[in-house]
Parts: sequence; structure tokens; C-alpha cells
Amino acid sequence: MALDYTKKTIKHFLKPKNIGSIDNPDGYAKIGNMVCGDQLDFFLKVEKGKIIDVKFLSFGCASNIATASVLTEKVKGMTVARAKKYDWQKIVEDLGGLPRQKIHCSVMAVQGLKKAIDDYEKHLLQTAREKKTLKPVKDKKTSVEKNLNSRKRK
Amino acid sequence: MKVYLDNAATTRLDPRVFAKIKQYFGVKYGNASSIHLFGQEAYLALKEAKEIIAKIIGGESAGLVFTSGATEANNFIIKGVARANRSEKKNKIIISAIEHPCVRESAAELSEEGFEVVIVPVNKEGLVETSSLKKVIDDKTILVSIMAVNNEIGTIQDIKTMADITHKHGAYFHSDAVQAIPYLDINVKKMGLDFLSLSAHKFYGPKGVGLAYVKPGIKIKPLIVGGGQEDGYRSGTYNIPGIMGFAYALKLAYQERSAYLKKIKALRNYFWNKIKKEIPEVKLNGSMIKRIPANLNIMFGYVEGEAILIDLSSKGVSVSTGSACSAADLKASSVLSAIGLNKNFLNSNIRFSLGRYNTKVEIDYTIKCLKDTIKRLRKFSPIK
Repeated sequence: MALDYTKKTIKHFLKPKNIGSIDNPDGYAKIGNMVCGDQLDFFLKVEKGKIIDVKFLSFGCASNIATASVLTEKVKGMTVARAKKYDWQKIVEDLGGLPRQKIHCSVMAVQGLKKAIDDYEKHLLQTAREKKTLKPVKDKKTSVEKNLNSRKRK
Repeated sequence: MKVYLDNAATTRLDPRVFAKIKQYFGVKYGNASSIHLFGQEAYLALKEAKEIIAKIIGGESAGLVFTSGATEANNFIIKGVARANRSEKKNKIIISAIEHPCVRESAAELSEEGFEVVIVPVNKEGLVETSSLKKVIDDKTILVSIMAVNNEIGTIQDIKTMADITHKHGAYFHSDAVQAIPYLDINVKKMGLDFLSLSAHKFYGPKGVGLAYVKPGIKIKPLIVGGGQEDGYRSGTYNIPGIMGFAYALKLAYQERSAYLKKIKALRNYFWNKIKKEIPEVKLNGSMIKRIPANLNIMFGYVEGEAILIDLSSKGVSVSTGSACSAADLKASSVLSAIGLNKNFLNSNIRFSLGRYNTKVEIDYTIKCLKDTIKRLRKFSPIK
């Protein structure tokens, strides 16, 4: 089967942006699996509602890597609220199109990112609840983040 | 550097074959069915080609039917034999679990028509065990079709033994031997074949020409009807350049066989030893012993096959993969599933298929590229 990847897709595959992991991430999610042939792990670092860093690991094909690369490039520096609404079609447009059978890669990348954001928000909520029932912490500026930072990567 | 290691997909047309067939496009372009001078010139070429092939495969010239390729040959034989020999007592077709899609799909079509289709499993070495065939074959069987050499893992089946078992039950035996040239001594009598399929572009001949050998005397229904060429077995104007290319390429393949096999075996051993030495977590899929020397199907742990393929391709190295991501239907290789490969490793495989024009320099370059590719992809794999 011939695959007509665009030059931009190949470029992102060969030199992906934001590749790697983050220690003690504020949000983490895994999507897909080896059996299906594609897996992505997303790591988020959030400060004041903004994604200040995002990284990913991939077991996947060229477009799996390229779509995650473009997505992370786009959402880095974005508010969490905006990133949550990121449309997968924008990735396809940005890469100058994807082969028909590879469109699902862009959908999966966006779902993975949203899952990582959900993870971040879940823990944010949990920490906020804990904070209410616990004694006030002196260092109020970073208490939430500190709590999150100390959380182990799943 | 450009390195072509996908010779199981197709091969480069041998320049000697090309030189030989050019005249059938530009000078001797007649229709072999015409009875004038031009037609007779083409007809003589057809006759010559059939004689060359019949001699090599040990069959009768009258049993040779040229097709558009092995896909057509397999469709013609499987469906044609089943449909022509069906009776109240005979209604069963047997194929192996690692057949080419054109065999599987032909059998699936027969299944829709009410035939009983049975798939014989292979062991983890990628071989059909004779005991497995014995278990499913009976006197209801019309045809057994088992490929001589697998296209993905290069494993060689014990065709003669299975043909004998088949004949004991009064059934016919077919083998898709597309990947077997020149690795096996393809002789229909010695192998006990009633039907055989071949394709010229797998052995340095032109694309678009295949062969179905049909043992004279066995009933078979044509797939393509029309002007009644090939004694009515396959209508359509004879593709003389292709047919001559087929014959000449086959002749060369067997003339140069022993030197070629020696070269390929040495190159394959060198390649596989280097890979094992320089890249950790690799595994060969399928038997190493019962395997053609041109094929290496290797599992590279924790990285995805299509990513390896595209990365190597960007460096000039052309290979193939059975990973789901590379398939139009997004399903991993049915051959690798059939040999029981762990599901987690189904999408991490690369097929290297060596050929006549590969050199040691190319293999050295490939190893260098492969090391970089696997290292880069493993660095960011979430699976360790």
C-alpha cells in the first residue's frame, strides 16, 4: 500500500518536537496500545492554567509521531481551556493532509492530550478538596502545584 | 545510497531480459492468433516460450496458461477447479493459514457459493504439519492449495509429502510457487503438482505476466472468456513480450542458480549475524532452516514497523512490513498471527528480501542505517 505522506509529515516524523517525558508531570495519559500498533504517552506541566510544557512518547507509525509532534507544538503555551477544545482537523490541515487511513492518528493524538488534561484537572480538583478539609498551607502560591508535583507518574 | 531490499515484492527487470523482449514491442508485434506473417512470427515466439518453460518445470507444454500475474493464476486455478469438479460427493477446498490474499479471497468466494473451505494451521515455525493436513482431508476434498514458499517469512513447505497425501484421497494439489524461483527445483512431476502458479516479476522478468500450469486432462472452468486463446482456458490477446520475458527470465534464473544461491546465502548470513550482534532485542520470525536464503523477517522489540520502514526509506533503504499501520485495512499480518507471534510484537516486524543485485556494501550501509533507526525510535518508545 502506498502512503503519500506530505514533506511536512515526514519532517515532523524525522525530527519530532517535544519528544520525551516529564518527571512529576501535572497531567499524564496513555492512549492506544501495542496490539493496535499505536500508543502515545502525554506529559503536561501546567502553571496558572497554561500549558507551560508538554512532551510525548510514541510507539507508532510515522503519522502517529508526526501528529503528536504538531499537536504538542501548537498547544504549548496555550491555556488548558483552549487546548481542551483543540480540533484534530487542524492537525491534518497543518500537515498539508494525511492519507485517508491515517486520519485516525490525528484524532488519537487529540484524545490523548485531552486525557492528559482530564488527569491534570482531576488532581487539581482532588487537591482543592483536600485543601478545604486540611489546615491552610502557608506557601499558598504553589501549594496546588507542589502537591501535584510530588505526585508520582503513573 | 539507494538499497533495494524488497525483492519479494518485485524485482528489477534483468537488462538481458529487457534486451531480448524489446523486439516484440517494436518489430515482431503481431498478434499470435493471426495467421499472416506477423502473426506467425509472434506465434513462434509463444511456442518457443512454452517449450522453454515446460522443460524447466517438467510439465507438458499444453498445460501452460499465461495470465496477467499470479493473482489471476491463483484465482483461475482455485475457483476454476472447484467449480468444474463440484459434485454431491465432492465439495471441499483446503488451503493453509498463510496463503497469499488472492488464494484466501478466492477460497472465501467459494465459501459464499456453498463450498466447504477448511484452513489448515501452521506451527510456530511457519510450516504446515502433514498431520494437520491428514486431520482435515477426506474423500470430499476437491482441491488442496498450499504455497511452496511463504511471501512474508520465506518458509518452505514440504510440498511433495502433502501432494501425496492429497492424491491418496482422490483430490488435486495446487501450489502457489511465486516466491520459490529459483530457490526450489520447481518440477511438477517430482513435486506431485497438478497445478502451479508463477509470476515473472518475482524473478527479474516483466510485470503483468503470470503462469498457471494445469495438468492436461483435469477439468477446469476458465475465469476469462472470449476469443478462446490458450485452448479456451484463458481468453485475451497473447502478451508476447511478457511471455517471452517470463520464459527467458526463468531460464536465466535456473542457469545461474547455484552461483546465485551461494551468494545470497552468504549475504543473508552476514546480514543476520550483524543484526544480532549490533542490535539488541531482535528475533527472527519463522524457521531458519526451512526457509529460502533471500528472506529475513525480523521483529525489533518496542518499535513500530511502519516507523522503521519510513525512517529507513528516508535514508534510501527500501524494506517491507506487516504492521497494522501499513495495511489498508489496519490489520496486522495474518501470517505472523498464524505463526502465533505474541500480539504485542505483531506490529514490530520488518521483512528484508535480498536479491540478485544486492551487494555486501549495500548490506553494510543498511546495517548502519538500521542501527540508527532502531536507536532513535527506541529512545522515545513508551515501552521498555
